[in-house]
Amino acid sequence: MSTTRGFFRRRSGDDERLPPGQYLERGFPVLSAGPTPHTPLDQWDLSITGAISEERTWTWEQFLALPSEDFTVDIHCVTTWTKLDTEWTGVSIDTLLDGVELEGGYLTALCDGGYTTNLPVEDVTGGKAWVAYRYDGDELEPEHGGPARLLVPHLYFWKSAKWVRRLIFREDDEQGFWEQLGYHDRGDPWLEQRYQGD
Amino acid sequence: MRPTDWRKATVERIRPETPRAATLTLNVPGWSGHRAGQHVDVRLTADDGYQAQRRYSIASAPADGAPQITVVEVDGGEVSPWMVSVAREEDTFEVRGPFGGWFVWDPAHTEPVLMIGGGSGLVPLMSMVRAGAPARLLVSARDRDDVLYLDELEKRGVDLALTYTRRMPLGWTGWNRRVDREMLWKWQPRVGPRVYVCGPTAFVESVADDLVFLGHDPANIRTERFG
Ligand SMILES: Cc1cc2nc3c(=O)[nH]c(=O)nc-3n(C[C@H](O)[C@H](O)[C@H](O)COP(=O)(O)OP(=O)(O)OC[C@H]3O[C@@H](n4cnc5c(N)ncnc54)[C@H](O)[C@@H]3O)c2cc1C
Repeated sequence: MSTTRGFFRRRSGDDERLPPGQYLERGFPVLSAGPTPHTPLDQWDLSITGAISEERTWTWEQFLALPSEDFTVDIHCVTTWTKLDTEWTGVSIDTLLDGVELEGGYLTALCDGGYTTNLPVEDVTGGKAWVAYRYDGDELEPEHGGPARLLVPHLYFWKSAKWVRRLIFREDDEQGFWEQLGYHDRGDPWLEQRYQGD
Repeated sequence: MRPTDWRKATVERIRPETPRAATLTLNVPGWSGHRAGQHVDVRLTADDGYQAQRRYSIASAPADGAPQITVVEVDGGEVSPWMVSVAREEDTFEVRGPFGGWFVWDPAHTEPVLMIGGGSGLVPLMSMVRAGAPARLLVSARDRDDVLYLDELEKRGVDLALTYTRRMPLGWTGWNRRVDREMLWKWQPRVGPRVYVCGPTAFVESVADDLVFLGHDPANIRTERFG
């Protein structure tokens, strides 16, 4: 390994919980490709569609009435920051899919603003992913994905699509916005899958 | 070699840009070029094996050959103070890339574009300007010392508007506030062209919101957030 003259560590880290190449961030930086959408709640809905036995749609009130969970997770952004112990409230994807049969192994999350990301179903089921609508005890701010965002904390944070409106289930994997631009299809931070080819 | 492979970069030249910023020209064997607006991932390794990774936009134009990065020192930061205050010619670290396929400008896009940059957000925009992007540029800076590439922008005759948010130069009669709707409207009332916005998150958030308010199609607004 070649070292860099005169460079030394300045940040203290909780190394065990930091994936390779990540640093500990106390703020909450933002990554998005364009302006932040501001969809009024009375025009907001969430749906599951595509290769499933039954399509479903929830209005904002119906969505809030679903059983929710409070959870604390670490999040890892591909731009190299990691934030530990972030607190969220959201509805588990398992809850959204309760009683529905899946006919495909992949999904695309479609968001306000046209942003998309692709995921294997097994990465969002089994208690691993939520549609989150509260952060740190407050409503989720628009710049962080409010009113609601996907939250898949064990993958790089671009997979946790902000402003999510629809989960489209598919038989074949179809690349989303960042994935078409060269980001990794799966994005496991512990394997440092940042870009296609990693 | 693939863009995802780490390669050794040797600092070939260092040019101070402002009291807090420097441009490093990198010698990267096997470098296969970039698109204006793209960034590299940079990795520094300390003697004890500790590594830090950050992203830096490429400041040079694709045709310039050896990639250049311009780094603005962040107080108390880990990597940027090394780049600005410690690095010397012949020093080495690792880079990989280029990456990013959205916040880019290609010569095929011949229509005029608008660019709005805050602080180090000017770096990828400068790559586009150097590559020949027909741009109008609005730059927000704290003070004169905070404006990157000012001489070159003036020499190139770039259509440049400036606003100073903290201290104005002597005799300054232009804007001295943060970018807001009224300023954007006065600067460019016509909507339609593609707009690139780059800088700290709060800056990009508010400028992009204002552009949407003024009638710009969100699909035409490309943002890159550095914070
Ligand atoms: C796509 C992309 C392109 C970038 N291009 C450039 C570039 O061309 N030139 C450039 O100078 N920087 C650029 N950056 C920012 C750069 O990656 C680093 O974040 C920055 O240099 C700070 O790193 P550091 O190690 O010095 O500070 P750190 O040790 O990471 O942080 C020190 C403190 O400063 C805060 N901080 C971190 N980053 C910033 C920031 N950007 N502004 C203000 N405060 C911050 C942190 O929250 C922390 O409290 C880019 C970032 C991204 C995501």
